[in-house]
Amino acid sequence: MPDTQTSSGAKALQTYSAPSRLKVGGAARLSADEMVSLSKAREGRWQPGLADQPLHSEIFASAGDGSGVGVALALARDALKLSGENTDHIADAHDGRQVLWVQDSRAAQRSGRPYAQGFPEELRERLIYAEAKAVEDVLFALEEGLRCRDLACVIGEVSGNPRALDFTASRRLSLTAEKHGVPLWLVRLDAAPELSSARMRWRAGCAPSLRPLLNRDAPGAPAWKAELFRARSHAPGEWILSNDDGRLQARRRGFKQAANTQNHGDMVRPTFGRSLAAFSRA
Amino acid sequence: MAIWFARLSVDRWRLSLGREARGCEEGEGADALPTVLITETAHGPRIEAANAAGHASGARPGMMLADARTVCPDIQTAPADPAGDLDFLEKLALWSQRWGPWSALDPPDGVLVDITAAAHLFGGERRLLADVEAAFARRKLMTRAAIAPTAGAAWALAHYGPARAILAQQESGAQRLADLPAAALRLDTDVLTILRRLGLKRLGDLANIAAGAINREEAAARDAIHRRFRNRKSPSANPLIRLDQLLGRVPEPLLPVVPQHAPMVQRRVIEPIRHRSLLDQVLADLARDMVRELEGRGEGARRLELGMWRVDGEVQVRTLELASATREASHITRLFADRLEGVDAGFGIETVRLHASWAEPLALSQGDVEQAAERHGTSLNALIDRLSVRLGAQAVRRPVPFASHLPERAQRWQPPMEPPPVPPPGTQASAPVCERPIKLLDRAEPIAVLYASPDGLPQRFRWRGNVYEVMRVEGPERIAPEWWRERSTARLRDYYRIEDSEGRRYWIYRHGLDGDGRGGAPDWYLQGIFA
Repeated sequence: MPDTQTSSGAKALQTYSAPSRLKVGGAARLSADEMVSLSKAREGRWQPGLADQPLHSEIFASAGDGSGVGVALALARDALKLSGENTDHIADAHDGRQVLWVQDSRAAQRSGRPYAQGFPEELRERLIYAEAKAVEDVLFALEEGLRCRDLACVIGEVSGNPRALDFTASRRLSLTAEKHGVPLWLVRLDAAPELSSARMRWRAGCAPSLRPLLNRDAPGAPAWKAELFRARSHAPGEWILSNDDGRLQARRRGFKQAANTQNHGDMVRPTFGRSLAAFSRA
Repeated sequence: MAIWFARLSVDRWRLSLGREARGCEEGEGADALPTVLITETAHGPRIEAANAAGHASGARPGMMLADARTVCPDIQTAPADPAGDLDFLEKLALWSQRWGPWSALDPPDGVLVDITAAAHLFGGERRLLADVEAAFARRKLMTRAAIAPTAGAAWALAHYGPARAILAQQESGAQRLADLPAAALRLDTDVLTILRRLGLKRLGDLANIAAGAINREEAAARDAIHRRFRNRKSPSANPLIRLDQLLGRVPEPLLPVVPQHAPMVQRRVIEPIRHRSLLDQVLADLARDMVRELEGRGEGARRLELGMWRVDGEVQVRTLELASATREASHITRLFADRLEGVDAGFGIETVRLHASWAEPLALSQGDVEQAAERHGTSLNALIDRLSVRLGAQAVRRPVPFASHLPERAQRWQPPMEPPPVPPPGTQASAPVCERPIKLLDRAEPIAVLYASPDGLPQRFRWRGNVYEVMRVEGPERIAPEWWRERSTARLRDYYRIEDSEGRRYWIYRHGLDGDGRGGAPDWYLQGIFA
């Protein structure tokens, strides 16, 4: 097959060295069909439960609502669940590693401190909280956390666009995270998306919550608008994320509102407006 | 073997005089004058001890100084020093280990030495006692020593028996000790008073009653004394326990004196250090020495003190507390490097000393197996140490549940490496039934709420300058004030989970009810933010 295709484009493809994490080292040359499959994977949209999880993500959100923290936690749980399934099927039923939560003082004051009772059950007793006055100290704590092999992940909250958190600082964080394999979700509260080396950058906002079946006037399971506006390996897009029945669900925006109903275990899910075709499209 | 320093505080006072006056012998120099050691009490100075001359002139321990002055007007006084006496006694206890493998303190003025199977090394028990007396006589301390199978019997013989008394193993303790007074049982004074009133003055009286009944009267007396002291569990308050201990029927645990040496390393430098880089080098050397020292003892440091002696006569100390026992030179160096920021070297630092004032056992571990993991990253303990050193110990913590209904009280913070608190039995599961927000504001912020009726659901509110339309609401969840710790005027809270038109979810509460008689119209607050 390679002999028959001798166009210049294919040649260029054959000698193209991919900046990928799949093969490490400068000599990683991909053949054409590998390239095709890779580009298909690249073209594929982001979806929950992908194996190729980024190690440094940024989430931009407003300090006045909980969407940034919600999206960060949802993504983190998605990634942790995946890594837990991959590493060990028998022994790792319960991942007891700690989660480091770092806030700067302004973020703590504007958007509150983490409240363990509101956290998902599996994270409640694994939380270590660190507060720092200066952003330099936050960056130090984040970097030290990424170096620690006993942490499941690090979640940071920084308010605004401080001078210390420039491209160099974010590059440091990216490199540390990738060297030690500890993922970082950095929530940027009320910040403009400046230059950064984060592998995935999200813009988060709140979305009307899923309607609970029993009390339809009450707020239900949370949902968030999440816009992936810059990512290395995925096309940008916009989703409605929700954390229904313990798993991260993502719907494309503009989907039928009727599907927007919370799943209640043994009760029958209302199926109107959600055909099998629509299901497969999602 | 029990050694009783009959006049420990007076002897110590005399010896401290003697150093200045070059040999103040018993009854010479300052000691020839009647002298008492006094402590200040609420009722004036009281005599703690008196020397031989003082004793002869009528001063007794426990007397008021004013009373003694009336008896003997020219009495001299010196302050008593109980803490110093105890310190001295501790040294004596250690020194007494020359006669036996271990010794125990017997405050305020005695030492117990275990000489089991050691007496023959000194040529028998009699020679051992002579050696003890000679040794302390050389130190100019007045002692009485006695040997017996049990600590209680030895104590009784040393204090109340004949000089150099030896109670051999095969002898019956009850017979030899029968003539000693009841005070030989090491009892509290109130118990001694009771015994005196009961007419039990000698050990023999008590032993006969306690041991066995010969006739009905004695049986009745034994029952009475058992009943009298039935509720006294402490040995020093119960003569029956003390008697059993003295006769070796029940064991008497003693706390041996074990010398402890905190690991310490130091470096003196020829040329005083004035630059940070040199100090770092010295610190790295010290950390390596300290690690070697700790390794030899199988310990890890929990607290380290770095003292820096300056040429111009100042000492600067930096302390470091670690989250767990550590024996890693690079970790120690790194943590101290942050602490050395503001050190003022002055004219230079000539001595640097590293002192592990708190060390915990830390087993030796094989380094190779974990080598890969160590290259891979730091451990959690190291992380906590580094964060606490840079951010402050209060800034790194872990949320733990606390038994309270009030949301802001239901979460407490504790140091991250401490084990989580165990909820007291009978408390409910800490997780509340209703959903809780993921973030709680430090202080609930007041909001202006528009509502249909004062007790009704909120419809619109203003927070931080923005107006929020309430689209969906759940509530109220009523949380009553904790009446057992709050004032009676504290108002209840009705919590609502609300969602606004854009999907933002908050936790707001109405503080009080309209017309509950605890203030005016109820205020509204926003306390939490849902994810």
